[in-house]
Amino acid sequence: MRGTRVTRREDERFLRGRGTYVENLDLPGALFATFVRSDRASALIRSVEVDRARRCPGVVDVVTAADLALAPFPPMLALSNQAMVRHWLAADRVRFAGEAVAVVLSETRPAGVDAAASVTVDYEPLPVVVDPEAAAAPGAPLLFPEAGTNVALDLQFGRDEALFDGCEVVVHRRMVNQRLASCPLEGRSAAAAWGDDGRLTHWSSTQSAHAVRRRLAPLLGVAEADVRVVAPDVGGAFGAKMDPTPEEALLGLLARRAGRPVRWTETRTESMLSLGHGRAQVQHVEIGGTRAGRVLAYRLTVVQDSGAYPAHATGLPILTRMMASGVYDIARVEFNSTSVVTNTAPTVAYRGAGRPEATAAIERAMDLFAAAVGRDPAEVRRTNLVPPGAFPYTNAVGTVYDSGDYATALDRVLDRAGYAHLRVEQAGRRAAGATVLTGIGLSMYVEVTAGPSAPDEWGAVSVTTAGRAVARTGSSPHGQGHETGFAMLVADVLGLPLDDVDVVFGDTDAIPTGTGTLGSRSLQTGGMAVHRAAAEVLAQAHRLPGDPLAAGATWADAAAAAERHGRPLAAEVTYRGTVSTFPFGAHLAVVDVDVETGHVALRRLVAVDDAGRIVNPLLAEGQVHGGVAQGAGQALWEEVRYDGDGRLLTDSLAHYAVPRAADLPTFESELMETPTPANELGAKGIGESGAVGAPAAVQNAVVDALAHLGVEHLDMPCTAERVWRALNR
Amino acid sequence: MKVALGVNGHAREDDVEPRLLLAHYLRDVAGLTGTNVGCDTSSCGACTVLLDGRAVKSCTVLAVQVDGRQVTTIEGLAHGASGDLHVVQEAFRRCHGLQCGFCTPGMVLAAVSLLADCPQPTEAQVRAGLEGNLCRCTGYHNIVAAVLAAAGPPGPPP
Repeated sequence: MRGTRVTRREDERFLRGRGTYVENLDLPGALFATFVRSDRASALIRSVEVDRARRCPGVVDVVTAADLALAPFPPMLALSNQAMVRHWLAADRVRFAGEAVAVVLSETRPAGVDAAASVTVDYEPLPVVVDPEAAAAPGAPLLFPEAGTNVALDLQFGRDEALFDGCEVVVHRRMVNQRLASCPLEGRSAAAAWGDDGRLTHWSSTQSAHAVRRRLAPLLGVAEADVRVVAPDVGGAFGAKMDPTPEEALLGLLARRAGRPVRWTETRTESMLSLGHGRAQVQHVEIGGTRAGRVLAYRLTVVQDSGAYPAHATGLPILTRMMASGVYDIARVEFNSTSVVTNTAPTVAYRGAGRPEATAAIERAMDLFAAAVGRDPAEVRRTNLVPPGAFPYTNAVGTVYDSGDYATALDRVLDRAGYAHLRVEQAGRRAAGATVLTGIGLSMYVEVTAGPSAPDEWGAVSVTTAGRAVARTGSSPHGQGHETGFAMLVADVLGLPLDDVDVVFGDTDAIPTGTGTLGSRSLQTGGMAVHRAAAEVLAQAHRLPGDPLAAGATWADAAAAAERHGRPLAAEVTYRGTVSTFPFGAHLAVVDVDVETGHVALRRLVAVDDAGRIVNPLLAEGQVHGGVAQGAGQALWEEVRYDGDGRLLTDSLAHYAVPRAADLPTFESELMETPTPANELGAKGIGESGAVGAPAAVQNAVVDALAHLGVEHLDMPCTAERVWRALNR
Repeated sequence: MKVALGVNGHAREDDVEPRLLLAHYLRDVAGLTGTNVGCDTSSCGACTVLLDGRAVKSCTVLAVQVDGRQVTTIEGLAHGASGDLHVVQEAFRRCHGLQCGFCTPGMVLAAVSLLADCPQPTEAQVRAGLEGNLCRCTGYHNIVAAVLAAAGPPGPPP
């Protein structure tokens, strides 16, 4: 069954409108939480006036920081400056527009919205700093005067003034890897209800039920055993739902205070304001080498925008550094980064998280270098690739790539795209003075999955006397298709039909521990745990007296025999990854750029992706398609923008450009399968590759279209306005 | 205000606030939670339903405006509650046209309406026809494939 295009078992309920998203939960007696959010980016709070709101019809309570008197919200990232403290609700100061200041509990949602509008907050304005480079500069206004700095995390590995010695050509460029919004179609949604037994049930739209439990229990002052977290169907996440934000964490406290269940589903505006954003790096890139096209040295210096409170993205430069030199064998690589707080929404993980940023930098750098030495960008890439025989390969910063075949990926993408033919077309249009020009962009990538921060996952398999296998996993999906993919693994090992395998996840009462679905890790960690547990169950069955399975008995018979012997067929496995894996690939984009309007049309996107052995190509391709679309979105349209006062300009899906069907072509996706030695399945992760590889391919294509007109670089997103301005300076 | 309408073939009469949106009427009053709400600017299309057979974003319609009319939600599209899937639903399943499933009800109903207007669309017509519906998971690749598959091969010339 492995390696075949099995259609999804989970689709039926979604197609019939029976998804179990938190907002669909029937929770009688629940109050609705509505947050009052700051419309200032930086201000002291003089007072919060809630009396009028309390008197509104249907209002049960209005809660501010003063009512709660809680210790600060625990830091999201242990590495960051711990003096940068966040409160559950803003207490004396707000640091970004959209920060929650108060919360209304009401009998109905409209009553809460009405009452929240009548809460009055008296603010004393403070200086605003939106730009991360400005925030890092001496004399910048401090978000946390008590910290004495805006630097949340400084990763300085030293600077070698001789790094580019011996280079015949050195190119330097400042690039912005812009701030993005992950925009899951379902925003944050959660509900909390205390039982008579003193246990809390907390439903959450999350990537990890267990991460929510781990965070909530200490905040609520109860044991983890007294918190049940349920992650029902989750309407997308893309990295932004790894940990509960203060709003969600408050629900259990509010439910305890009110003596009733409390539920909350954010609006899209709230989501854009405060779910958290991704990317947000300013990159200084230097690349040097020989006139023959050999790269000798590469320097990447990053300013990471942390937003107002350090969270996951503050640590993104760690991942950016890991594969800063990409798929290339570069002898000297230097990386330094500074993560700084600004008066903007906190930045968090977003699909790729650190690797798209690394890829965009090195892949733009390769094109800049190719242009500087006057050589074809495909040829310069080929000259510098890590050769196939070099694996495991240790790059210049010490990262060990497990397996790869980069040259084949490059050959295949060029061949599939018809590269030589495209160059002829491009030259023809230029020669004819066409107003719509052809651009061809390449991007190669290597990324990391099952990275060192989250290598483990729990899984279990049992067989019932009815002959059904039950697989339980700590990995909790939000669209990836675990119910199908994990069932295939178990069905293969046990020789059962897929329909006889159940997959259970997303409930901490049913699953003792788990890490979750993040960092493209699920199949190779959670899948491995389930795979090994199934193998153990098979071995248990064969060890039964008389080996009934070998004698032709059914699984139901074997399970019954096992129970008679007091040894039910059941195994638990914690898979402990010891080696990170490094998926890779090559993407090629073809764009049509209208030089009169600046409009860019993405005509083709060819993606060759290698994530090791594939369990279900249908699902793997689906992951590639979604990632590539988000990558194209970053390259051409998407950008979270604030004005100088820290007001969010892109606070809705009317203002933030999520790609639409008509913006995108049908993708041309090919899967390569270079196995990893890291696990028995030979599998790496595929969830983020599209978002890692595609942005630079599309960006390079736009610049390539305009190269003969003197355009050397365009930052993403390459909007019509940006292209037009570059051509009309 | 009183409103009388048909939902998935069943007649209903309810007393609603004048400001109540059809989307919230369907979810909170009629208890049909298959219609998802993904934004607050009528941008995402997740809440698309059929109103007298034509796709509308149910967040752009007041419940009281639907008086006397027929609404079809995703729950009413298949042939009976557990009966065969509609041809568009089946094509989405076969082509892996959904991942997290949140946009799916609206996307399926938008596709049904699109095919009613244009039974044999080109790929470009499908993409243009779905411009009111956002999906963040699939990159639309398999959604477009599903709609084309649901249309089926062109019939014999008349």
